[in-house]
Amino acid sequence: MELTFPTKPFKTHGGADVPHRKNTAQIESAVMPPPAQVVIPMQQHVGAPCTPIVKVGDSVLVGQKIADSSAFISAPIHSSVSGKVTKIQKVMLPAGQYTDAIVIDSDGEMTVSPDIKPPVINSADDFINAVKESGLVGLGGAGFPAYVKLKVPKDKNIDTLIVNVAECEPYITADNREAIENSWAVLSGVYAIRDLLNLDRVLIGVEENKPDVIKVLSKIADNDKLDPKDIVRVFPLRARYPQGAEKVLVKACTDREIPMGKLPADVGCLVMNVTSIAFIANYLKTGMPLVKKRVTIDGSAIKNPKNVIVPIGTKISDIVEFLGGYKAEPKKILMGGPMMGLALVSDQLPVLKQNNGILAFDENEARMSEPTACIRCGRCVEGCPMNLIPTQLEKFSNSKDIEGLKEYDVMDCMECGTCAFNCPAGRPLVQSIRLGKGLVKAAGGKK
Amino acid sequence: MADKLIVSSSPHIKSGVTTRKIMLDVIIALIPAAIASVIVFGPKALLIIAVSIASCVASEYICRKVMKRENTISDLSAVVTGLLLAFNVPVGVNPFIVIFGGVVAIVVVKQMFGGIGQNFVNPALTARIILMSSFPSQMSTWNAPFYYLNQTDAMTTASPLGILKTGAEGTMPNILNMFVGVRAGCLGETCALALILGGIYLVVRKVISPVIPLCYVGTVAVISMIAGRDVIIEILAGGLLLGAIFMATDYATSPITFKGKIIYAVGAGIITMLIRMFGSLPEGVSFSIILMNILVPHIERLTRPLAFGKERVKK
Repeated sequence: MELTFPTKPFKTHGGADVPHRKNTAQIESAVMPPPAQVVIPMQQHVGAPCTPIVKVGDSVLVGQKIADSSAFISAPIHSSVSGKVTKIQKVMLPAGQYTDAIVIDSDGEMTVSPDIKPPVINSADDFINAVKESGLVGLGGAGFPAYVKLKVPKDKNIDTLIVNVAECEPYITADNREAIENSWAVLSGVYAIRDLLNLDRVLIGVEENKPDVIKVLSKIADNDKLDPKDIVRVFPLRARYPQGAEKVLVKACTDREIPMGKLPADVGCLVMNVTSIAFIANYLKTGMPLVKKRVTIDGSAIKNPKNVIVPIGTKISDIVEFLGGYKAEPKKILMGGPMMGLALVSDQLPVLKQNNGILAFDENEARMSEPTACIRCGRCVEGCPMNLIPTQLEKFSNSKDIEGLKEYDVMDCMECGTCAFNCPAGRPLVQSIRLGKGLVKAAGGKK
Repeated sequence: MADKLIVSSSPHIKSGVTTRKIMLDVIIALIPAAIASVIVFGPKALLIIAVSIASCVASEYICRKVMKRENTISDLSAVVTGLLLAFNVPVGVNPFIVIFGGVVAIVVVKQMFGGIGQNFVNPALTARIILMSSFPSQMSTWNAPFYYLNQTDAMTTASPLGILKTGAEGTMPNILNMFVGVRAGCLGETCALALILGGIYLVVRKVISPVIPLCYVGTVAVISMIAGRDVIIEILAGGLLLGAIFMATDYATSPITFKGKIIYAVGAGIITMLIRMFGSLPEGVSFSIILMNILVPHIERLTRPLAFGKERVKK
């Protein structure tokens, strides 16, 4: 069947007009010099944690593999600096759980491991193995090992690649800057995946509030030599949260609705973050695994908001210092955007592979009003991209009604936060729904 | 620093819309109708409005205090109830009746069921119905428009719907007069122009969805057309616009689902016309809304939207 290109995005339900606050979109990324120490946790991805393959006292080089796992869903971890392993200790991850971490004192030299060379690719399996060895995880924030996505099961037929450049979270501009500063790599990565999976259609989805990204990428995508059949096209999307959420994005781009509990592959789509794709292109060229990351540093407590390319494992406090420090006492520090990001307990946590932003809020921005009674205005229902009834889920959750939670499809919630953002009573709807999901999981009914 | 950071669940920003701002918008939307009522019915209208608001706010304050709950008068919902209650009585009523109505609306209908968002019927409308049953003659004695300018004696007249129902003596006002509010009736219901302006304001400010008012008024129009009645009079002569724009859209007592809103509004339209055509009362707006209020939980249950990606086939 001939696939067509939509002229405008398909209709999606709900969403919210969140403030954009893309203060850093026009500022060139800074490159951070190696910090004195990096802390590299063994869990920076969805799936099984890695086990260290280095010991305390070992010398390591940039790009050297320092941890691995034999599990199917996992991703190896590489040293982001050159130096000496000084400790292997438990550290707290952003969500509060503990994991082992390799602590490396940097020698400041950033000596690259001699093993780093471009991978030899002769087959599709070589390509997928190379992506696995690169340690790549979904860089949009989910952290799902990238090679697993590319290893399409035989019974699934992928015809469309959707490149996610929506970046709908306020403040965050890391993907935006990637597309501008590395546009060649983005397109080159797209062509590589197009050829690997023999795709019929590639849509590069960009929210229309980033006209410069649309312009730059369109210019390169419009290339008769590299894309003779013109199947790679830039697709402007409505600038409405949560446009970048996988299910919403697939619907807007293809009008296909991913069934509950299923993946984009079940409707013939592969969704990849733009930075992940650019990384693949660079990896094929250089063989340098995932050891650095561009993160947006912003928020009312930050003196000089900017994107910074940092070695993975760099402590947040070191990055903030590099940018000139705080301009006000931070009262809330977020890993990720303000809609879905995690509030951290300290700025001593390290940047992980899938991080795309660190926000520090001053007292004024961090303050949230106390919740008042639900007035049944229905704004949560109108806004829910998954067509759920958040206020009802909150009630079920509070009364521990597991049957009710299942009946009202609590597990379909993706925790995008639109309901709580819209709520005039300031109710912590997402928090209650998370608790509700926990109840359902604990009861064994994984619906 | 570690013990000074706020750690809370996402999202970490809010839209800025609050209950108080929503109620303030409703109050702003009601102001044109309030001004119209003072022009048409004189300074007594202003007194009734003031007494009604004071009664509702004081009832809310005292009730919360007695129940040892946090004070909620600052959300302004009691002010809205007070305004709507005043809009639902004739100008000639004894102000003490209005005070009683405010206590019924806030204490009995709203607070005893848990306060804002928890009442299952509209407080102002329920209070109006209780006042109509308790003080039937005062609640159905209508002063003629601009009676206060007439020095001789208080002129009373029949309401347009009363004329339609019983053929009571009185002349039917012309359509232009009905549109601008120069007719007998409850304080806030007469000026269609002001009510529509308020409704547009609420839709533009996204406080209400136009679904309920349009479906409600539309249903009344279609039925009266089929029944061979005068469509314009059915829409303008009673409390339909006040009810459809400001009472039927009450968040707490209307469905939150889109399809539910349609069913609810069409149902209210049908009941309104059934009462007007076959009931012994000239007007049916209050009862129709209250009856549909009671059905809201069932309507919501039956109109739950299908979750994203859920199987569309019915079992």
